[in-house]
Amino acid sequence: MTALAICGGRLVDPAAGVDVAKDILIRDGRVAEITGTGRLKNAEGAQVLDATGLIVAPGLIDIHVHLREPGQAYKETIATGTAAAAAGGFSSVAAMPNTNPVNDSPETTRWMQSPERGAQIRVFPIAAATRGSKGEMLNDYAALKSAGAVAVTDDGHPILKDGVMREALANAARVGLTVIQHAEDTKMTQGASMNLGPVSFKLGLRGMPPEAESSMVERDIRLVAELRESHPHLHVAHTSTAAALAAVRQARRNGLRVTCEVAPHHFLLTEEHVGLYNTHAKMNPPLRSAADRDAMIEGILDGVVDAIATDHAPHAMHEKEVEFELAPNGITGLETALGLCLRWLHGEWKMPLGRVLSLLSAQPAALLNMKGRGTLTVGSFGDVVVFDPKAEWIYRATESKSKAKNTPFDGWPMQGKVRWTVSEGKIAFAG
Amino acid sequence: MNRAASSTRRPRTTPPAPASSFPYHPGSLLSVLDLTVDEVSHLLTRATELENEDPILRDHTLAKRRIALLFYESSTRTRTSFELACKALGADTTLVSSLSSSIEKGESLKDTGLTLRALGAEAIILRHNSSGAAWLLEESTRLPVINAGDGMHEHPTQALLDLRTILAHLRLGIPAVGPATLAGVTVCIVGDILHSRVARSNMLLLPRMGAQVLLCGPKELLPEQAARSGPGIEIERDFDRALARSQAVMMLRIQAERLAGQQLDLDEYKASYQLTGQRLAAHAPTAVVLHPGPIIRGMEITAGVADGIQSAILEQVTNGLAIRMAVMERALTADTGALTDTSPYVGWTGGDRA
Repeated sequence: MTALAICGGRLVDPAAGVDVAKDILIRDGRVAEITGTGRLKNAEGAQVLDATGLIVAPGLIDIHVHLREPGQAYKETIATGTAAAAAGGFSSVAAMPNTNPVNDSPETTRWMQSPERGAQIRVFPIAAATRGSKGEMLNDYAALKSAGAVAVTDDGHPILKDGVMREALANAARVGLTVIQHAEDTKMTQGASMNLGPVSFKLGLRGMPPEAESSMVERDIRLVAELRESHPHLHVAHTSTAAALAAVRQARRNGLRVTCEVAPHHFLLTEEHVGLYNTHAKMNPPLRSAADRDAMIEGILDGVVDAIATDHAPHAMHEKEVEFELAPNGITGLETALGLCLRWLHGEWKMPLGRVLSLLSAQPAALLNMKGRGTLTVGSFGDVVVFDPKAEWIYRATESKSKAKNTPFDGWPMQGKVRWTVSEGKIAFAG
Repeated sequence: MNRAASSTRRPRTTPPAPASSFPYHPGSLLSVLDLTVDEVSHLLTRATELENEDPILRDHTLAKRRIALLFYESSTRTRTSFELACKALGADTTLVSSLSSSIEKGESLKDTGLTLRALGAEAIILRHNSSGAAWLLEESTRLPVINAGDGMHEHPTQALLDLRTILAHLRLGIPAVGPATLAGVTVCIVGDILHSRVARSNMLLLPRMGAQVLLCGPKELLPEQAARSGPGIEIERDFDRALARSQAVMMLRIQAERLAGQQLDLDEYKASYQLTGQRLAAHAPTAVVLHPGPIIRGMEITAGVADGIQSAILEQVTNGLAIRMAVMERALTADTGALTDTSPYVGWTGGDRA
């Protein structure tokens, strides 16, 4: 196998507490050597990447993406979705099971990881928690885990029944899997297409109350507390409300294993960005009030938020060019996450670079127990992102590697340009 | 919940909301907010002039211009009134309704609009059950689009004709309006505010002429956030007290088709919010009574009040014709020199487009 030497860069590996100029040698897909700058410039038989002036960091990890395969290849494929991910600096993604058919079987879980899918980076399937994501019958978590699933969820179809959710948490804990919940009491969001508030009233749109999210998070936390003995891990997907985040914070104080992620659009945008029915600002959970958005920022800065995840949700152009209420939920996010995090979290809000990168790699890896990822120590996977932290650029949706262009960030200024994404020693993206 | 954290919160720079690029076409009327007070005044003046003009001469105003009426919802007043207004100006009209067209076969609003444009339509009048549909149609076709009611959102020509009706009763003989024309006037809008596009357009338009708008209705049909839609809007849930303060009363129908599973005790509703002769005589004996129609006699309004001396319901219908003539004249004669070609799907950096 080939070897890759990344030379002259500044190695930032938050999990290892490293922020120093180093050269890295990757051989056979693993980190083989980390050494002083200049030592590997003439490494024998190795392809050399000149990272002078650049940041070298563990490849980014997005634990919430929709790759649309099997079944909806017109929106996105595993090949195109992972190409977009690589362009965004990601070397691993965890793919949600709301495919067609729903990924509720070891067969589909394996199919998604098969080399024939043409993935540019590592894809970790997240399997459905219940048969067909219908919220009734639990799947075989042990079988799903041995097929490669890293968590279970009925994302998009929250598990409403207390008994089923309790059983899912207990069974998942038994085999060491995380239960991810899209927290939404769908009884409170019938026919709604944005956040409930003055803006939804003004636009004449039915609104989703923040309580639809927070009440479900509170219910789930109660169940985790009841099952305390078996140590279940609940992960709250795309947290969007101050109340839900407060519930997570309290659960953690009570010693429960409850974690959460926040998407870039929820810490940057508010319901005002719906503007005049911009369907590229329609997603679920919806863009919330400014107070909720501010709470997301605080939660990220003070550490209660465990990961940044994009909820990359590609849709075909014609599906979004319809009446707002009829448009599907979701926006793309893989190519804009790093640029937005560096510009806002690091640039504007002064979060240390290492902590920003940790939210995008080390912490998500730890959440879903992705061993040997999210860090660059000798022996770990050769998953690397090399980026120019000073480069400013404008994101253009038309140039996206994703099949889909549904993003509210088209034309937005970004900070930090990805030069290379390396996945297990192979260059997955070169910019 | 976590007040301690919020009290120590530092103010942070965050991305501003995007600037709107609508409407693209200066002839479009999507929202009452598209019109300046001067433009409203001009429309009212033109409505009167067109109404009084010799029909033979008026027929040349838009002679042989092509206007499409695209209706996704049933309508009597609005559709007929727009059609007659167009014809009174000499324009050719065609009606496409969702039940007898390819919309039934699944054709999208965008494709329907493009088809109408390819057939030579120079403007489209749209009635749609989905809020915001008029913006989508304008973006897709770049034609002047007249919003004849979009979901629960707006119905701008209704608000203009209501303004004309109110002026005729309370400011007789005033041909033009300014920001203080309705100073001292209180207009009470009563009933199903939540689902009403008429209420939204009126509460955004009337305060700009100096009027105070009082919203009145039960919590289920009138959420608190309604008062935050703009300046000059207040909530008064007690109907009698609201009536006592008002010079104009606008009654609304309960939109059963939009209740979406909500339960409402109709007897209780009638007891609190029905406009009866007794109530009117006791609290607002001189107020003008409006209703955008369709009225449900015996529900939100008694037959006696609907047909009574204070009722202006049929005048509203007549005023609709005059207003819509002026709106259609504006649609097809607007100066298009300033037409832009920008997409609304741009981020906040798009602010420098202006």
